[in-house]
Amino acid sequence: MSRQKFSLVTDVPLILWLTFVWGALWQDFGAGTLIFGLVIAFVVVNFFYLPPVGLSGRFNILAFLSFSAGFLVDLVTASVEVFWLAVTRGPALRNAVVAVRLRSHSDLIVTATGHATSLIPGSLVVEVDRATSTLYLHCLNVSTEEDAEAMRATVRKSEAAFIRIMGTKEELAELRAEGSVS
Amino acid sequence: MLSDVVVSILLIGGALMSLAAGIGLVRFPDLLSRMHAATKPQVLGLLLFLLALALETGSWPLIPLLVLCWLFQLLTTPVSAHMVGRAGYRTRHLRRDLLTIDELDDVVACAVVEVDRQAPPHEADPVEGREDHDRRGGVDH
Repeated sequence: MSRQKFSLVTDVPLILWLTFVWGALWQDFGAGTLIFGLVIAFVVVNFFYLPPVGLSGRFNILAFLSFSAGFLVDLVTASVEVFWLAVTRGPALRNAVVAVRLRSHSDLIVTATGHATSLIPGSLVVEVDRATSTLYLHCLNVSTEEDAEAMRATVRKSEAAFIRIMGTKEELAELRAEGSVS
Repeated sequence: MLSDVVVSILLIGGALMSLAAGIGLVRFPDLLSRMHAATKPQVLGLLLFLLALALETGSWPLIPLLVLCWLFQLLTTPVSAHMVGRAGYRTRHLRRDLLTIDELDDVVACAVVEVDRQAPPHEADPVEGREDHDRRGGVDH
């Protein structure tokens, strides 16, 4: 099955990415490898049909870098925290399943937020309600409503970061409006 | 010399993350909390190992490959964790007495009541009611 039409926003980043993967796998970024990779990427994108991803067409590299730095810091602190919980609390641990309502209805943003949340130790996406874009998270060591509220704030903060990185202009405007109100 | 020291620290850090996963698997009380221990510390653990590898070999063409390794792990770990966690929740392989708050349970209970009221299960529209049926499946078993 081939695609209906060639879309610049969706296909070009995908082809460039696949060419990079090809070069990385061969550990060789010479012209020959890259051109062959480009041909293969083109064939793959055109013959193996995937559901289209709703890209917004914008990507803020600065927001991405600042999010990545924060993500790495969170990753280290949370990994140490889970280690510490495993050693000190162990069987006495109390957890919670917390619902987090997200602002965005874009599949990409919801998926990215879910991924980032799952990657940070201490929270795990158990269920996603796509209609209301609600994530249900299983969180380690949550015993009070305040802990749950803190968890929700963290997730919504990482969602805001993803909207700044690659959300649509409308979502970005809503986010700014919300920021100026509160 | 200095790079050897850094590499050893990174390797030990990565190994400690594996130890964290092991201790978590043994000590945590139920499936879902064990999922945290089994899947998560490895994200950082693998990063430390790959950094050590990049420093030790010092070969530039290898670095994109190591970056790919980590990126693909970032993409796949949450998916497998989600699938196991979701299946575990739906088949009730969790200890509810250990949960202080369960907001998903309330939603499932509401959905079940609503479906029962709207239509008897055997008459429910197979497409419309699919999501609710999924949920019911998770609750009934």
